[in-house]
Amino acid sequence: MAPPAAHRSGSNKRAQLGLFAGYVVAGSGALIGAVLLIISLVSPQTFQGLRSMASDLAAPAGQAGAVGRTQGRSFFEAIAGYYDAGSKNAELEREIEIARVRLAEAEALRQENERLKGVLNLASGETEPVAVARLIGSTSASTRRFAYLSAGREDGVANGMPVTSPMGLVGRVLEAGANSSRVLLLTDSESLVPVRRATDDVVAFAEGRADGSLRIRLINLGINPLEEGDIFVTSGAGGMFRPGVAVGMITEITPDGGIAQLLSNPAATDVVIVEPIWQQPILDGIEEVDVGDAVD
Amino acid sequence: MEQFNPRARSDPYGKKINRDQSPVLVHGIPWATIIVASLTPMLPIIAAAPVLPPLGLIFMVAWRLLRPGLLPLWAGFPLGLFDDLYSGQPLGSGILLFSLTLIALDMLEVRFPWRNFWQNWLTATLVFLVYLGLATLFSGANPSLRQFVVVVPQLLLSILLFPIVASITALLDRIRLLRVRRIG
Repeated sequence: MAPPAAHRSGSNKRAQLGLFAGYVVAGSGALIGAVLLIISLVSPQTFQGLRSMASDLAAPAGQAGAVGRTQGRSFFEAIAGYYDAGSKNAELEREIEIARVRLAEAEALRQENERLKGVLNLASGETEPVAVARLIGSTSASTRRFAYLSAGREDGVANGMPVTSPMGLVGRVLEAGANSSRVLLLTDSESLVPVRRATDDVVAFAEGRADGSLRIRLINLGINPLEEGDIFVTSGAGGMFRPGVAVGMITEITPDGGIAQLLSNPAATDVVIVEPIWQQPILDGIEEVDVGDAVD
Repeated sequence: MEQFNPRARSDPYGKKINRDQSPVLVHGIPWATIIVASLTPMLPIIAAAPVLPPLGLIFMVAWRLLRPGLLPLWAGFPLGLFDDLYSGQPLGSGILLFSLTLIALDMLEVRFPWRNFWQNWLTATLVFLVYLGLATLFSGANPSLRQFVVVVPQLLLSILLFPIVASITALLDRIRLLRVRRIG
């Protein structure tokens, strides 16, 4: 379509000025954007309040969608059940899959227990979940991998809390809003989780790759002991994630570790559990010591 | 005249006598569609990789190419800000890129005032290529080659989606210009 007449200012002084002012306003808009971008790149948490307010506003719609997704799926599953006996198998297979992960986790727990009991003589009870919520959306158009969770500060969710599903670790809360929060998924390239092999004590870092898989980086370099099919669980190092939660399964071996597929695919999870930070008192203690050092 | 042809005094946008367009529809529909398209992250799609095209930007480019002058030149600021609140990009990346897109399209328009659809599609392709590249660079993660590779399917999807979005905007444009307001 042809441009409107406003574009052809000709010798009309007023039109020329208007056109010029338009460019100035648009240019300063872009400049403000650049400044804001630099600020948010330097300190990513600056605009947390603004963003959580926005996601709080849109959360009800997202929640309705998430419920619809679950119900829609079960509706179609029910129909499929009449036509395809195999779909009943699918449910069983899913349970077996969970059981298999559980088995690996149990093995890891047993080892953990043995070690703790042997070395520290400590007993820790089951962690009480902070909240049970749904994942209501994700930043599916950006290279960053965030998800939106339908629980916030009002449900007791705080920044840094791990988010798990029955299949394993999903991520951790990055920004908690009033009734929704933003979760950093494991596959985000800024996500780093200390893990160990479920069967022994090969420790590594699970680093997100933007394409939905994890990169397992061994801490002790040398001969790569990994094999395809190895399951990695959280090691508890760092104090944020409790040990023994399933993270990923190795599908490819690289010189310094491997590529792992997520065990708990966030796309297939309906309900997730927000857990408290594993060693909150110790983490707080460390921070206090740091502050103390800074004051000294 | 109406005795012979009941549609004699109307055009595709409705009756011409005693009717006018509603300013709410005329200016509201473009802004509303772009804002709703920016809300795609709230869809219940939990993606493990960037799969959905940047719908907010696509709708903005489609409206801008279909109706030059409808969106003011500064529209990139509010639209980009809204997109940033949900897209997961650091705040400011959308403001900057949306504003630059509108300025670039405006300059292109001075050079090529008359375009056909293929030129529009090519323009949109270039815009998406630059936008997705820069958005990946500004995403706050350490830029690596792998992230740019991950964006390629998204880019292809955006390019293929543009004709569909352009037809949707054309359809909405017809609704936008309906004469629904009765005068006097």
